[in-house]
Amino acid sequence: MSFWSRTANVFRSDRLSREIDEELQRHIADAIEQGRDPAEARRAFGSVLRNREESLDVRLVAWLDSLRSDAVFSWRQLMNRKVTSGAAILSLALGIGACTSAFRLIDALLLRPLPVSHPERLYSVVFEGAAGADGRVSTYDSCSYPMFRQMRAAVKDQAESVAVSYAERIDLTYGRDEEMEKAYRQFVSGWMFDSFGLRPSLGRLLTEYDDVTPDAYPVAILSHDYWTRRFAQDRNVIGRTFRMGDDLYQIIGVAEEGFTGTETGTVTDVFLPMMMKNPRTLASTTNFWLRTLVELKPGAAAEPVRERLRATFRGIQQERAKSFIGMSKRRLEQFFQEKLLLEPAGSGRSNLQRDYGRTLLALGILAMLVLVIACVNVANLMTAQAAARAREMALRVAIGAGRWRLVQLVLVECAWLALLATAIGGWFALWSAPFIVGMINPPDNPARLMLPADWRVAAFSLALACGVTFLFGLAPAMRASAVRPVSALKGGSAPHSRGRMMRTMIALQVSFCFVVLFVAGLLATTFDRLTSQPIGFSPERIINLEALAQRPQPPVYWDQVADRLRAVPGVEKVALTVWPLMSGEAANGAISVNGAPASEVLSDFLRISPGWLDTMRIPLIDGRDFSAADTNPPVAIVNQAFARQFFNGENPAGKWFENEHVRFQIVGFVRDARSRDDMRRPIRATAYVPFNTVDSRGAFVPMGRGTFVVRTRTANPMALASILRHEVPRAGSAIYITNIRTQVEISLAHTVRERLLAMLAMFFAAVAVLLAAIGLYGVLDYGVLQRRREIGIRLAIGAQAGDIARQVTAEAFSMVLVGAIAGIVLGMASVRYIETLLYEVKGTDMGMLIVPSLTILAAASLAALPAMIRAVRIDPVKMLRAD
Amino acid sequence: MSKPDSLQGSLDLLVLRILSRRPGLHGYAIMSTIKDWSSDVLRADEGSLCPALHRMEEAGWIRAKWVTKDSGRRARIYELRAAGKERLDAEESRWQAVTSAVNRVLRTV
Repeated sequence: MSFWSRTANVFRSDRLSREIDEELQRHIADAIEQGRDPAEARRAFGSVLRNREESLDVRLVAWLDSLRSDAVFSWRQLMNRKVTSGAAILSLALGIGACTSAFRLIDALLLRPLPVSHPERLYSVVFEGAAGADGRVSTYDSCSYPMFRQMRAAVKDQAESVAVSYAERIDLTYGRDEEMEKAYRQFVSGWMFDSFGLRPSLGRLLTEYDDVTPDAYPVAILSHDYWTRRFAQDRNVIGRTFRMGDDLYQIIGVAEEGFTGTETGTVTDVFLPMMMKNPRTLASTTNFWLRTLVELKPGAAAEPVRERLRATFRGIQQERAKSFIGMSKRRLEQFFQEKLLLEPAGSGRSNLQRDYGRTLLALGILAMLVLVIACVNVANLMTAQAAARAREMALRVAIGAGRWRLVQLVLVECAWLALLATAIGGWFALWSAPFIVGMINPPDNPARLMLPADWRVAAFSLALACGVTFLFGLAPAMRASAVRPVSALKGGSAPHSRGRMMRTMIALQVSFCFVVLFVAGLLATTFDRLTSQPIGFSPERIINLEALAQRPQPPVYWDQVADRLRAVPGVEKVALTVWPLMSGEAANGAISVNGAPASEVLSDFLRISPGWLDTMRIPLIDGRDFSAADTNPPVAIVNQAFARQFFNGENPAGKWFENEHVRFQIVGFVRDARSRDDMRRPIRATAYVPFNTVDSRGAFVPMGRGTFVVRTRTANPMALASILRHEVPRAGSAIYITNIRTQVEISLAHTVRERLLAMLAMFFAAVAVLLAAIGLYGVLDYGVLQRRREIGIRLAIGAQAGDIARQVTAEAFSMVLVGAIAGIVLGMASVRYIETLLYEVKGTDMGMLIVPSLTILAAASLAALPAMIRAVRIDPVKMLRAD
Repeated sequence: MSKPDSLQGSLDLLVLRILSRRPGLHGYAIMSTIKDWSSDVLRADEGSLCPALHRMEEAGWIRAKWVTKDSGRRARIYELRAAGKERLDAEESRWQAVTSAVNRVLRTV
């Protein structure tokens, strides 16, 4: 109680002082009334001020009171210099905001544990392949279901294994077929919820029994998030059914709030039991479609479990190898070199983590460097201000202030700056983090990251604010407290050491600035190289209508729909294929030429209708396009990469090749066009075959899916989207559209990460240069101000303007040089860590080093100009008279 | 710095005892009472009485309130609280122990 009342008294110390004063006055008055001599009574009483201070000190927490008065005083100081304080706060806020924002993203994606009972015991099974041709080790984490069962059985007594499929965006409907909507679906083991310790928000969750017999229990669990978004938490949702493909599912429960699946970055909407997956897929040993998560039992260690899993995996590999036919020895060797690993999966496991972990880390470090640059500026500012306040400090020491009290005074002022900057930076991070997640989104597959602004973020910001305060406040505070009252009050002692520290800071700033510029240059070049490489087709004005058939339809039906679309005004051309180019989907197969054994390198296969090449603007080099009479097999059109790979670069038109014992004649030879989504790999060998497929007896094979590729006349093809969507069912209701994407959108999606990196890195680079330039300007200007008397004397005795300018800037420029060299070393060292993010650009490229150097040199020259002008313009007469 | 104190650390005890017998005294009255009851031997120093009163108030032994006297002047008067009564007993027995110990030392030949 006493501490609290004393703490509370800190904030009403004025009233307290008044009361104490009044009581003391009463006391003296009483004494005089009693007949004492007034002067004697006052003398006996001693110093009123000291009495009051002593009484006051017992009534409140003294250190808190001193802190309070320092806070009030330094707030006034800040308010006195609104412009400089504002600039300092803003530059800090930018740095703190960027750092907080990066932390929020990294935390949400990589650090935050899943809301399960024991995230620390959760591991993911990962396979590490042999080193590829480029020396890089590739990893994957997909398993087949039989493989999962074997692994689960092997470690049953030490750990529980859970199978989770990759979250997929699928179509489902709660009503009629026309009302299809998108949702994220994940097949999970029935015992997942139980072993994760999750409770239902409503109804019940899946159990082991729902997941025993294939196709037995068509039941579904909704995530709490989906239940809220789609059903507004309607409790009557239990028992409702939806249709997905040909199956009808019943909703039996809603999962615990906060649990959104195991794939961080995707919010799963619907959980289904594993056993509801297509029975063929479930039984297949070659279809790798799920992840295996392993939850250790209490007390179990990871190593023995991993060793046991490894042994099981080796057995599986040997079994699989038996079915391999015609695989080369090298490939087989590589296959057996694959190694099983257990990686911690306490914060879930997703491709987004893999693709963006390093990206976010790199951005976080860039943000950190910018923050340090901003801190250096504020430190220099505080040092300059401490110098200007040397007399005040000396006076404080002279009347009895302790050193610590002075350190506290300066630190409190720094804390004000940091606190205000954190508040603004926090607000900045509040919108910038979701903004960046929004930019990660490829249009067809929006990333959804839970970004709660909770205690973790608050703690980080607070720690950052404290760290920043000490970073830029401690040195100036120590310096200010080391003031020598005699010399400071006498005036005129030149604090040269202070200037030296500021110049060291400049070197630090320049080197960090160089690193930021250098990395930004690398990332921007990467983006430029990636986007400027030829893709071989024209994506403009193309819109892709991806369609599904309820039951596979004969090719003629698909042609009818295409004909209807051709009649829509504004449509220039329509062609059919299976999936859009660069969508990430691909089919491939081995090629054999002239009866040679099947190739090790595979070729992509894509089925296209006549006119598709023309629609995509892929030019023919030789031969002809398909005609309506062509079927798959026996004709094909191949690209240049195909000719290089299988025909030594000769014109293959008219020649034959075999794929899985089916012969194809090459009727056309076209230029390369990018079919896959990996922009960092060369364009692959591709064989185009007619959309119309016939079986061995020559009958047309019905088609379950296809994509209408429409080239529009208007510049914005999306304007036609809804007209086209409604036109499709008019041909009959057998086909419906599941997705509409422009080709430009698809192409851009593959450089989303690079664009994000390049853009943010460039932004940070600009801020870094600006801050460093401001810092240099400040230090030089301050130097001139300090030495104005000396410069005045030099000018008076005949120094040239050039000499003065050189003298003023020489030392700072040598520091810039030192900083730049340190920056080059730092930059070169850091390239290793971002190598995987780069494309066709090296840290050792001369251009990559020269551009940042020139930028810094230009910025430094510009920043030095005002100080030089000021120095040269000093009027010796006025200056010398003033003192 | 502070003036020699004739009370030798017994100020708290005296103030508490006086307030237990005469509740509602103000600061100056407490000082005069110490002087009167000790037949002018003990003198509380003004400079130490005031902080002591505030310290005891903060510790919760005594409570203070402002009253307006008949003469129309405001005065801050003090009275004992429950914690103060306990404190008084403790202080008194401590004092007894100390004085008897000192006496024993003096009587030892």
